[in-house]
Amino acid sequence: MNEKAANEKAVIQKNAIEARNIVKTFGVGQAAARALDDVTVEIRQGEFFTLLGPSGCGKTTLLRLIAGFEMPTEGTILLDGQDITYLPPNKRPVNTVFQSYALFPHLTVAQNVGFGLEMQGRPKAEVNDTVARMLALVKLEPLAHRKTNQLSGGQQQRVALARALAPSPKVLLLDEPLSALDLKLRKEMQIELKRLQVETGITFVFVTHDQEEALTMSDRVGVMSQGKLQQVGSPKDIYTKPVNRFVASFIGETNFIAARAEAGKVHLATGDTIDIAGLSAGGNVTVTIRPEQLRLVDKTETGAMRATVKSLVYFGTDTHCYLSLTDGSEVVARLQSPASGDAGLTPGQSVGLRAVPGAAQIVLD
Amino acid sequence: MSSPAEQAQIAQSVRNGWLLSTPALIVLAFASLGPLIIVIVYSFLAPGKYGNVEWAFSLSGWRGIIYTKDIFSDEYVLADAHLAIFWRSIKLSFLTTLTTFAVGFPTAWFIATRAPKARAMWLFLITIPFWTNLLIRTYAINEVIRNEGLMNTVLLKLGLITQPIVIIYTDIAVFIGMTYVYLPLMVLPLFAAIDRFDMKLLEAGYDLYASRWQVLRRVILPIVKPGIIAGSILVFVPSLGAYVTPRVLGGGKQMMIGNLIDLQFGQGRNWPLGAALSMTLLMIVTIALLIYVRYANKETGGHG
Ligand SMILES: Nc1ncnc2c1ncn2[C@@H]1O[C@H](COP(=O)(O)OP(=O)(O)OP(=O)(O)O)[C@@H](O)[C@H]1O
Ligand SMILES: [Mg+2]
Repeated sequence: MNEKAANEKAVIQKNAIEARNIVKTFGVGQAAARALDDVTVEIRQGEFFTLLGPSGCGKTTLLRLIAGFEMPTEGTILLDGQDITYLPPNKRPVNTVFQSYALFPHLTVAQNVGFGLEMQGRPKAEVNDTVARMLALVKLEPLAHRKTNQLSGGQQQRVALARALAPSPKVLLLDEPLSALDLKLRKEMQIELKRLQVETGITFVFVTHDQEEALTMSDRVGVMSQGKLQQVGSPKDIYTKPVNRFVASFIGETNFIAARAEAGKVHLATGDTIDIAGLSAGGNVTVTIRPEQLRLVDKTETGAMRATVKSLVYFGTDTHCYLSLTDGSEVVARLQSPASGDAGLTPGQSVGLRAVPGAAQIVLD
Repeated sequence: MSSPAEQAQIAQSVRNGWLLSTPALIVLAFASLGPLIIVIVYSFLAPGKYGNVEWAFSLSGWRGIIYTKDIFSDEYVLADAHLAIFWRSIKLSFLTTLTTFAVGFPTAWFIATRAPKARAMWLFLITIPFWTNLLIRTYAINEVIRNEGLMNTVLLKLGLITQPIVIIYTDIAVFIGMTYVYLPLMVLPLFAAIDRFDMKLLEAGYDLYASRWQVLRRVILPIVKPGIIAGSILVFVPSLGAYVTPRVLGGGKQMMIGNLIDLQFGQGRNWPLGAALSMTLLMIVTIALLIYVRYANKETGGHG
C-alpha cells in the first residue's frame, strides 16, 4: 500500500519538460541582447504551469524554444526525458495556442480542428471522431461548418484551443491566450481552461503577465524578470514566501521596510523590533509585510510600530489605509471595513501598527 | 419600418442617382459595347475587294476560321494554319502564365517579407520596365537572344558553345519575351495577396505537424489564391492577344492570334474574317476565364 502510493507519487512527479541552463541571445556582437539568461526549470507531467512576468522578460521566448520555433543559444530542452532541443516544431508532440489565435481563414471550424490530425496522417474516420469530440469539449458543435472569420473572439479562442488539443499533445503551450478578451469572457475562459486541463490531463504551460490569473489557475508558477527565472513554486508559496524583492512586489501589493538583522532579531529602521520565524540572514535586510497582514492597534500598545494616518480609500469590503512611519517611509494597510462603513479613522491621527504573527518576511534585494 | 413619405424620398433619391449617372452610362455603353457591336456586325458581312466590307450578309468570315478555299480546286479544305496558330497561342499563353507564376511567386514572397523600406524599393524596381515602351523592351530582348546577340556572343567568347544557340524567331523566343514582359503583372497581385497573409499561420502550420511542403500547399497557396487568380488572368489574357512580342521575336513566322487578326485587316484584306477571329479570341478568353474561376472556386470548397 505504502509502496504503491510512493510509486504513484513518483509517476506524478515525472517531468514533461526540462529546460537546462537555457541562454537565448538575439542579434550578434554589440547589438546582442539576452532574452533568456541561464534558465533552468522543470515542468511536471499533468500540471498547470504558469510563466508570469512583466512585458519583455522572456516568457514568449521560452515558450517558443519549447515549441521549436527558436533554437537556444546554449542549453538543452528535454521532453519526457528526450532531448528535443533541435527538433523542428512539426516533429514535436507539443502544440501552441497563439495569442492572436492564428486560425486558418480558408478552413471551417471543423477543418481547423482536424488540421493537425490530418497532417499526422491519421485515418479519416479517426479525424472525424476526434474533431467531433473536441468540438463537444469546447462546446462548439453548432458552429462546426462556419468559417473562422464569422466567429466572436471567445469562439475563436475555443477553436484555437480545440485545434491545439486535438492531436493530444504531450504539452500544450498557451501564450497569453486570454489577453484579447474582455474581462467577463476572460473570467469564463479561465474556468474553462482549467476544466479542460483537468479533463484532458495534458500538461499546460501558460504565459501571462496577469498575476491574478496566474495565482487562480496554476498548480505552480514560475516568476520571470529580465530573462531570469526568479522563483518557482505553488501560488501560495510565491505569495507568502517570495524569495526576493521583485517577486514580492510583482505578486500582489506589499510593503517594504528597511531593517537590520542582528542576533536573531530584526530591527526596523523605525526603531521597532519584530520577530521573524527562521531568520538566517544578517546585516542590512528588507522586510516585507502584505497590506492585509497589518493591523491597527492602540498607539500605546507595547511592541507596535507608531504611524500616522495619511489617507483612507474606501473599496467596499476593504478600506486601504495609507500610513507614514516614524522614519518617513510609507506603508499601506488593508483593513476590513466595519459594518457602518466608517473605520473611525481620520487623516493625521496617530495609531499603532502591528504585523500578524509570522506574516513579516525577509526578502533579498 | 420607414414611413411612406420616407420611402418616397428614398425612391426619389434613387431616381436622381440614375439620372445623374446617365452621361457616364452613355459614354460607357458607347465605349465598351460600340466597338464590340461593330466587330460582331462586320463578322457577318462579305469582304470588300480592297479591304473594308460589303454590306451583304455572309458567313464567309466565320467559315474562314476553320475552312479555307483551295486556290486550285476551289474546294473548302481545313484551315490547319489557323488552327496551328490558335493552338500555339493557347499553348504559349498557358506556358507564360505558368512560368510567370513559378518565377513570380518566390519574387513576390521575397519582396513581401522585406522590411517596409526595402519593400518599396523592390516594388519600384519591379515596375521600372513599365516606363519603357513595349516595342523597345521587346527589341531589347531580341538584342539579347538573337544569333549574334549578347547571350551568344558571351557564350561563344567563353568557349562554352561553338555554334550560336538559335532561339530567335522560334516559339521559345516568343515565350521568353512574353514571360519577361508580363512578369510584373503576375508579381504585383501576388505581392498584394502575400502582403496580407498572416505569417503567424506558418508557425501554426508547422506546429500542427505540417511539413514545409504541406504548409505551402495547404496553408499558403489556398490563402493567397485570389492573388494567384488575379495574376494569372492579368498574364493569360494579354498573352493570348499578344501582338508586338510574337511579331518582333517570332519574326512573322511564329504567328499568334493577334498577328493573324492584324493580317486579315491588312494584307489579307478580309475584314469579316478578321472580325470573326477577334470574336473567337474573345470567346476563348471568356471560356478560359470561366473554367479557371470555376476550378479555382472548387479547390477552396473541397478541402478537408
Ligand atoms: N526575434 C527577436 N529579435 C530580437 N529580439 C527579440 C526577438 N524576440 C524577442 N526579443 C527580445 O527578447 C526579450 C524577451 O522577449 P519576449 O517576447 O520573450 O518577452 P515577453 O516576456 O513575452 O513579453 P510580453 O509580455 O510583452 O509578450 C525582449 O527584450 C525582446 O525585445
Ligand atoms: Mg510575449
